[in-house]
Amino acid sequence: MASEHLSKQYDNDLETLRSSVLQMGGMVESQIRSAIEAFGSGNPELINQVIATEFRVDECEVNIDNNCSHIIVKRQPAAGDLRLIMAIMKTVTDLERIGDEAEKIARMSKQIHERGKAQLNSFANIRHAAEIAVGMLRQALDAFARLDAGEAAKVIRKDLAIDNEFRSILRQLITFMMEDPRTISTALEVVWIAKAVERIGDHAKNIAEEVIYIVKGTDIRHTRFVETEQ
Amino acid sequence: MVNTMSSPTVLARPATHTDAETPVRKAEAKDLSFYYGAFQALKNIDMAVHEKKVTALIGPSGCGKSTFLRCFNRMHDLYPGNRYEGEIRFYPDDTNLLGRDVDPIEVRMRISMVFQKPNPFPKSIFENVAYGLRVRGLRSRRALEEKVEQALRGAGLWDEAKDRLQDLAFNLSGGQQQRLCIARALATDPEMLLFDEPTSALDPIATGIIEELIHNLKNKVTILIVTHNMQQAARVSDYTAYMYLGELVEFGVTDEIFIKPTKKETEDYITGRFG
Repeated sequence: MASEHLSKQYDNDLETLRSSVLQMGGMVESQIRSAIEAFGSGNPELINQVIATEFRVDECEVNIDNNCSHIIVKRQPAAGDLRLIMAIMKTVTDLERIGDEAEKIARMSKQIHERGKAQLNSFANIRHAAEIAVGMLRQALDAFARLDAGEAAKVIRKDLAIDNEFRSILRQLITFMMEDPRTISTALEVVWIAKAVERIGDHAKNIAEEVIYIVKGTDIRHTRFVETEQ
Repeated sequence: MVNTMSSPTVLARPATHTDAETPVRKAEAKDLSFYYGAFQALKNIDMAVHEKKVTALIGPSGCGKSTFLRCFNRMHDLYPGNRYEGEIRFYPDDTNLLGRDVDPIEVRMRISMVFQKPNPFPKSIFENVAYGLRVRGLRSRRALEEKVEQALRGAGLWDEAKDRLQDLAFNLSGGQQQRLCIARALATDPEMLLFDEPTSALDPIATGIIEELIHNLKNKVTILIVTHNMQQAARVSDYTAYMYLGELVEFGVTDEIFIKPTKKETEDYITGRFG
């Protein structure tokens, strides 16, 4: 897909679309970082900022979908262009859901900190899992920007690490709850946060799968493609 | 059963394809080259046309797609200096359509053609359809009427034309005239129909009717169609061949060609890029 279209306007439209996906991705990435920071600090301004960003993310999703519809109706894209448009429409859904997860983390953090200082030492573990998730998202977006299927495959392989982190956090929280039932309310909210982080990893993996679809034309969802490619 | 997948230019059908039946070869170009005098317009083409399927030929102007189409019913024989090399095998009898001993008139009875612009004869609607049958020696009025009705029904024109069969064909609209030409082509019960950009002179509604007709006709005949409209190729065909500068670049199942072509040249053409 390196060469140019006969229509410069078509090239411009596709380039604008690709940039807007990356811009939305950047917005969502910083939203997760802020949400995790808010979980640690309980800073109400930061929490409100994460929640407010969600509206902008939603707006991006609607605009990008709308632009995709315009390109489909005006250009009838085929082959690589068609795969790119289809992948973008799915990618923005994943990005929007990542935004929802970030918002969920912020709302849970608000409740945890309003209740008073939790006696749970789970922040470090959550932050570690969140770093993996954010890393996966950034790598998936880089793979999308460069249309690099190899980089996308690496993201998919990382999903296992984040699933393991989630299980480990869950085991730790269950131990806390069994030892001291007064921690149950907070521990359940932390479980939701850990689950949100784990879901972010899943969405990053979906985006990586879409990149492989654009580049190779192979739909690898629900297959063991990456393992077999190794 | 004939193995239709042995040619290197034929892509394997994807495992997920719902159409499980193995396509049967109706015709096959083998190392086909064609010359307009000294100019070589087709270069060593190997391609199969599957029975009761629609195969679309796409490519930029001058790539040889119409030239290739016209080889199938020996249209090039009408001009001096034209020369074929190679073969077009036609099944099930395995005749070489280009063989010197094969009568082009017989070939055209078995393989009919519909052109870009509707070209009815300056005769009545009835006589247009009956013409080929009369040439074949059919004289019985009743048999002619039956065949004409059958052909007009096949072309989706019967309801509009049944009360005006003696009207001059030119009184029909462009889309109706094109369907009359299809009825004329169908009257002799051909095994294969060749369409050379059959809708390029028609409006979108008439185009839609012809496309629907092509879809219905493939239950009865094998269809080879040249079109400049790639969306049309994607809509109506089961297989697509992309040609460039007289060569067959890629041939495969239409869905595959339009979603995941294997050759960069094909991708560049169908996505509207510089070659």
